[in-house]
Amino acid sequence: MKELLLIAVASAFVNNVVLSQFLGICPFLGVSKNVKTAGGMGGAVIFVITIASLVTSIIYKGILVPAHVEYLQTIVFILVIAALVQFVEMFLKKAMPPLYNALGVYLPLITTNCAVLGVALTNVQKSYSILEGLVYGIGTAVGFTVAIVLMAGIREKIEYNDITESFQGTPIVLVTSGLMAIAFFGFSGLI
Amino acid sequence: MNKYTERLYNGLIQENPTFVLMLGMCPTLAVTTSAINGIGMGLSTTVVLVLSNMLISMLRKIIPDSVRIPAFIVVVASFVTIVQFLLQGFVPSLYASLGLYIPLIVVNCIILGRAESYASKNPVLPSIFDGIGMGLGFTVGLTAIGIVREVLGSGKAFNVQLLPSSYEPITIFILAPGAFFVLAGLTALQNKAKKRAQAKGDPRAELIGCGTDCASCGKKAVCGSAVSSVSADKTGSAPDVGKTE
Repeated sequence: MKELLLIAVASAFVNNVVLSQFLGICPFLGVSKNVKTAGGMGGAVIFVITIASLVTSIIYKGILVPAHVEYLQTIVFILVIAALVQFVEMFLKKAMPPLYNALGVYLPLITTNCAVLGVALTNVQKSYSILEGLVYGIGTAVGFTVAIVLMAGIREKIEYNDITESFQGTPIVLVTSGLMAIAFFGFSGLI
Repeated sequence: MNKYTERLYNGLIQENPTFVLMLGMCPTLAVTTSAINGIGMGLSTTVVLVLSNMLISMLRKIIPDSVRIPAFIVVVASFVTIVQFLLQGFVPSLYASLGLYIPLIVVNCIILGRAESYASKNPVLPSIFDGIGMGLGFTVGLTAIGIVREVLGSGKAFNVQLLPSSYEPITIFILAPGAFFVLAGLTALQNKAKKRAQAKGDPRAELIGCGTDCASCGKKAVCGSAVSSVSADKTGSAPDVGKTE
């Protein structure tokens, strides 16, 4: 139990997926203009990464390892994730329309979010068990959500600031992310 | 300039993936802690890009339009796996320092972007040169950022001491936050160049800084098309990626 807690805290804060591993930078910069959409994107990412890390570790342990074709992991994982995102989208559309309306537009964007593939590959690299992999996935996704929602909150305030012309837009967002990354260094004392 | 050198020029300068289009930001930020890592990542991506452009261009009349994106992904992922094994076998030190980011070349949008917007529509030889040009452009970008970060962060470049030992290294530049600061400086310069190009009426102004802000991108065909056509193919309804914000 203590192990799992450590994995969760480490993946959500200490090794934050965006601010220290640089995965999922594109949605982090692109979909962080206001807190509401950032929250929606975060929700969709939590949803997809949780399912994806579970499914990919089951496939890896149940199919790839017994068949001795571990080297196919990259190909298999990316196809599984792409198919999974489509499947989740269709399922939500039919079964849970309110959730689909909330997450719908973000789902197709997630296939190209490298955090999802990153989590699946890290699970294999660190030889996590299925449960540990699941916790790592959820932790990472929560870390992403925390980072993107904080970022959106700051960006809403930045709108009112007087910024040098060249630094308007993406540059000031990157400077902010750098400062956030320094702040997240503080968490490294946790473990 | 014939069409082959034109492709090289296009990739290296006109549409440089790092400095002009700003594609593939994840590896750009993550592996540029030193110049060597930048070159290694750039060249690995180049190899994958050239081979996948070649194969996709060869298969462009065979792959049915409706399944082209999954087909491209399989081709790219196969070459990435091959490159990963070659690195592991021959350059284990680089393999260790790039780690997770080698398999993640699969989701680098430069590669799918070139497959979709160039290789799937053009003959084999120009596609190969397009891959070389774009790949070298990416390599130059990563190496330049790597040199800046390494010099500021440790006073060295390619592990050779450049600055005098009295220089106190700003260690933050080789740590995670430094990547954001260097990129912020870069995009600020880019914004300036873009303003100037717009003032002159240069059509290239539209291209600058495409990757970081897909919503307002004038050249969505390069990077956004891959995403929107995946969903269009499979669900029949294409939510416009650019309008999600």
